Amino acid sequence: MSKNRVLEAASSATYPLFIPFIMAGDPNEEATIELALSLEDAGAHILELGIPYSDPLADGPVLQESAKRALLGGMNLKKAIDLVPVMRQRGLTIPVIIFTYYNPVLQMEEETFLHATKEAGADGILIPDLPYEESRNISAAAKERGLANISLVAPTSATRVETIAKEAEGFLYCVSSVGVTGTRDTFSPEVYSFVNQVKQHSHVPVAVGFGISRREHVESLKDVSDGVIVGSAIMKQVQAHVDDLANSSTRQNALDQIKGFVSSLISS
Amino acid sequence: MSNFYPDENGRFGSFGGKFVPETLMYAIDELELSLEDALADDSFINEYKHTLMEYAGRPTPLTYASRLSEQLGGAKIYLKREDLLHTGAHKLNNAVGQALLAQRMGKKKIVAETGAGQHGVATATVCARLGLECKVFMGEEDMRRQELNVFRMELLGAEVIPATSGSRTLKDATNEAIRYWVANVEDTFYLIGSVVGPHPYPRMVRDFQRIIGDETKEQLREIESSLPDVITACVGGGSNAIGMFYPFLEDDVKLFGAEAAGKGLSTEKHAATITKGTKGVIHGSLTYLIQDEHGQIIEPYSISAGLDYPGIGPEHAHLAESGRVSYEGVTDAEALEALTLLSKAEGILPAIESAHALHLAFEKAKQMTSDEILVVCLSGRGDKDVNSIKAAMEKESHE
Ligand SMILES: Cc1ncc(COP(=O)(O)O)c(C=O)c1O
Repeated sequence: MSKNRVLEAASSATYPLFIPFIMAGDPNEEATIELALSLEDAGAHILELGIPYSDPLADGPVLQESAKRALLGGMNLKKAIDLVPVMRQRGLTIPVIIFTYYNPVLQMEEETFLHATKEAGADGILIPDLPYEESRNISAAAKERGLANISLVAPTSATRVETIAKEAEGFLYCVSSVGVTGTRDTFSPEVYSFVNQVKQHSHVPVAVGFGISRREHVESLKDVSDGVIVGSAIMKQVQAHVDDLANSSTRQNALDQIKGFVSSLISS
Repeated sequence: MSNFYPDENGRFGSFGGKFVPETLMYAIDELELSLEDALADDSFINEYKHTLMEYAGRPTPLTYASRLSEQLGGAKIYLKREDLLHTGAHKLNNAVGQALLAQRMGKKKIVAETGAGQHGVATATVCARLGLECKVFMGEEDMRRQELNVFRMELLGAEVIPATSGSRTLKDATNEAIRYWVANVEDTFYLIGSVVGPHPYPRMVRDFQRIIGDETKEQLREIESSLPDVITACVGGGSNAIGMFYPFLEDDVKLFGAEAAGKGLSTEKHAATITKGTKGVIHGSLTYLIQDEHGQIIEPYSISAGLDYPGIGPEHAHLAESGRVSYEGVTDAEALEALTLLSKAEGILPAIESAHALHLAFEKAKQMTSDEILVVCLSGRGDKDVNSIKAAMEKESHE
């Protein structure tokens, strides 16, 4: 197994890791590339590049709408993977995780998908509708290529936590609460004991995601977790600036504003 | 029994499985254990059968369609009358089974999806009967098309929640119901409406619908002292079809599933999942589905809201691949014609879904001899469809 950028980022970074999620192609390819660069600039340690899907079962309204915009623009799994080398060329150094539902992977075929992902210079994959039981083959094949398959654990995982954590690669994605993605106002206090429990079993960093949208959230999770994943809150910003982002003459201003939001979220 | 599926991983051959977010895995595992336990418990099975008999009107008759058989001049045609079940379609068999299981598991809240509203009405009905709280997701577009069923569900005490994502039909109502379940998994039971979804749903719904085929076998043995030669059923998600077919899988009986071919298989407007679809994952299950080359799911079309689904139960995918069951497309126009024929020949107005199975049956019957027997699963009654039938016929006569 070749050394993987996800693990390197995880071991060399100052915690907490900041892991933003962005939707490829929302509102267009150029905006996605520049957003990725600007997030690295704002302090991102790992980037999750989301693939838009027609039926995103684990996503709330913000990411559903985002996917819809991206699909209307013609984005798909192949085109999204092809964005990674462009990002790299233009200076992106942080690890990139391709975040996709399983069906587009099946249509591309697993081998082709993993090959393309690796060739493009991405570092891992995350498939939210592929639980442990269904992911063994693709995890092993990914590992052989030096790609990390990121696993999720949820508050309802119960006895599954131990099994999943034992095999986790890269980092372990800890779902903060039951429900779909989206911004939340508050977290149940149970999240802290849950993360602690997960950490006891995990040999990789444990990052918390789902609902993180405010500075207080990040602050309160800082000491218990190894990182935070922020998706809907960023894509909500994209939605708010969608016209400016679509247009090259106004894009920079929109990117600056999103960067400002991100900085206020994570800087302590 | 060689058709003893699913296997321990929830697979029917290569199809099925559990493709759901981690948050649901515990609930699905819990459901699987509770289901095993319930199915092995005579008192549960008795309660299920008793409810279907005493409350829902089982057994449903097997009606010999004498005038129709004579008119077509081929096989003897029998109709399995699920249209006479309480609420007017086979959907209640499954709703009763799952609601009793939910009750046994101590869950007091039920969430379901519905397309035309038949499964929603069945679920609302059994929830009222058992005193369970009921929420039904329904596509905003379907709510408009099936206004009366929305009102029926509300009368029965259910809350109908519009699904406003995607194309606002059954696929999206199912997405929304699953999302709701993800957020409320700790106290809510998801009562799915067909043999679709992650394991153990396809198996569970089949086991609650096989009563259709079991009764048919028994009834025909009494009337004809024989097995049927041919059986047809319509296939949306596939629950009435698998319920009818399953007890005959090991027998020398030809089985045909009628898929909705909409405006025709050569057009884009159809819901013929097996005939025209490709392998993929939808609503937690690996099966055939209608999708583009990038794996984005395409909205299907059929005149019948109950067949208007882009996927199909994984067991049907397996039965198609193994060749045990043949699946053929039936167009809107063919279904309407069959519906009219049955209404006039026998005084039975079938659901537009069931009319797809009737068309296929008539085609097969014509090629058979008068000592051969054909059974059609008449999955529901057509009262719910009169408005859309009228509109479609008026449109046809203008074209
Ligand atoms: C009368 C009737 N038949 C058939 C169907 C299709 O469902 P399935 O294929 O699960 O039997 C429906 C669905 O609403 C229905 O109402």
